[in-house]
Amino acid sequence: MAWPEKNLPSTDASEKRSLGAGVFRRCDGCGQTLTAGELAATFEVCSLCGHHHKLEADGWQRLFLDEALEPWDAHLVPGDPLRFSDGRSYKERVTASQKKTKSPEAIDIGRGRMDGRAVAYGAFVFAFMGGSMGSVVGEKVTRLFERAVEEELPVVLLQASGGARMQEGILSLMQMAKSVSALERFRKARLPFISVLLHPTTGGVAASFAFLGDVNIAEPKALIGFAGARVIENTIRQTLPPGFQRAEFLLDHGMVDAIVSRLEMKAKIVSILNHLTSNRPRR
Amino acid sequence: MAAFVLPFERPVVDLVEKVRELRALAASDQRFEPELARLEEKTSRLAREIFADLTPMQKVQLSRHASRPYTLDYVKRLFTDFDELKGDRRFAEDAAIVAGLATYHGRSVVLVGHQKGRGTKENMKRNFGMPNPEGYRKAIRMYELADKFNLPILTFIDTPGAYPGIGAEERGQSEAIGASLAAMARARVPIIATIIGEGGSGGALALGVANRVLVLEFGCYSVITPEGCAAILWKDGSRADEAAARLKITAPDLLQLGVVDLVVDEPTGGAHQDHDDAAVRLDRALWSQLTALDGLSPDELVDDRYKRFRALGTFVA
Ligand SMILES: [Zn+2]
Repeated sequence: MAWPEKNLPSTDASEKRSLGAGVFRRCDGCGQTLTAGELAATFEVCSLCGHHHKLEADGWQRLFLDEALEPWDAHLVPGDPLRFSDGRSYKERVTASQKKTKSPEAIDIGRGRMDGRAVAYGAFVFAFMGGSMGSVVGEKVTRLFERAVEEELPVVLLQASGGARMQEGILSLMQMAKSVSALERFRKARLPFISVLLHPTTGGVAASFAFLGDVNIAEPKALIGFAGARVIENTIRQTLPPGFQRAEFLLDHGMVDAIVSRLEMKAKIVSILNHLTSNRPRR
Repeated sequence: MAAFVLPFERPVVDLVEKVRELRALAASDQRFEPELARLEEKTSRLAREIFADLTPMQKVQLSRHASRPYTLDYVKRLFTDFDELKGDRRFAEDAAIVAGLATYHGRSVVLVGHQKGRGTKENMKRNFGMPNPEGYRKAIRMYELADKFNLPILTFIDTPGAYPGIGAEERGQSEAIGASLAAMARARVPIIATIIGEGGSGGALALGVANRVLVLEFGCYSVITPEGCAAILWKDGSRADEAAARLKITAPDLLQLGVVDLVVDEPTGGAHQDHDDAAVRLDRALWSQLTALDGLSPDELVDDRYKRFRALGTFVA
């Protein structure tokens, strides 16, 4: 279920192709050269062709939130229940990811404001072991929903994940059940859940809460699906059609409500939240 | 019974077959009784020895054994008045999941189980026990039916995983599994899940959000197949043995991790050697687990399930 980080089809090779000490970058969509500063200013969206390059977790926070996130449960770090090693130990991988991403785990959660409105905000950190869901991610998604009920906040959750984390084995699978159970409690409180599907959202994260939003919004061209492309090809012995499992494919098949450009995403979510909470049902 | 024999089980299978022949003789001639007793004792001792040393991958092979009892083999032995209910009311009937109403020790219950096929033809029909979204949507329909009419839910898990196909993705395999987890989480009735064979990832979990989760002695439950894990970690599917060991997917591992509540012993040589005996053992476990939930109110059942899964996971705070 969990996909390998390095095998993920990526729409983002721009860093590797950086020209001239990282000052200039070539767009993966149109091939034009832009300055790194220009791309950063538009949150990694190409101003010429609209191609969305990967945006790191802190970039998403700047894009979505009025001010800095007030983090919840940032102190949770992984255990090693299986004492897993694949030649390199799980502990080493975690430490390396923490160093690389400066994040304790593959998700940040907390309270933030979007156009003045308080929300329970969660965002996967894809750079941390492919955004994979182990015990900490499952626990934090669960706490996100639990705390949102307590504080009567809507949940806005940004997903980018290869799925369940293999290195915690069956306990990772159990996080799907745990987090969806928490989402069920949250739904009973009749608070909105906006599920944002970023590139990529697959495996055990796709097959738990990702599609259970009151509204599901996807980023253009994001890869979203249950099974990995290679697994499907090996099973059916056919090549997959172009655009398979991309956001546009999901929209065509009725699985997401809208595809929204990153730059319009915040305004869209705020508008939806305004509608959904304008006449709150009596409990 | 066991037409297909794995290399490591050969000595046990030979003895089990001798026991079976001798038992037939002893039925008509008492003089064979002492020898039968001796042979039975020897067989069970040998089986215990061999099966105690099985590697995790060998247990995986047992969980997938072609002669292993499948959901419907248990249904016909444990239940009466089985009324199979088909279809997801949206797109199709999916025979990789069977479901319906049945009587269990005088009580009406809702059954949902993965169903593998025996032989090529039935396996095509059952898609080797790999459901499409329609299978999960049928399961959701059953969970909701059970909830509405206050009937306990018994599920039987036995799948390599949800089907990875183009149509499955087009019709929302992810959504179907996620929605299935949610429907189980909110059902206000007792739910008992039993892993009778292979518990393959999210496609298995969609039947697994239960108050109590049981596993048969040679059942397995994993986030990824050992072959898939080996292919990802080492680009080498032949290292599945190693992956199976590292993933901790056998019944004792699952019990130790708290993922299952009870391991149900199998007959000598495994459930495939004696479907009737396997069913008797499962019946005993299921009935005691089900009646143990009798005292809980609908809300308490939902809370009990919540707490059960809420506690799973390991982290440092
Ligand atoms: Zn461009």
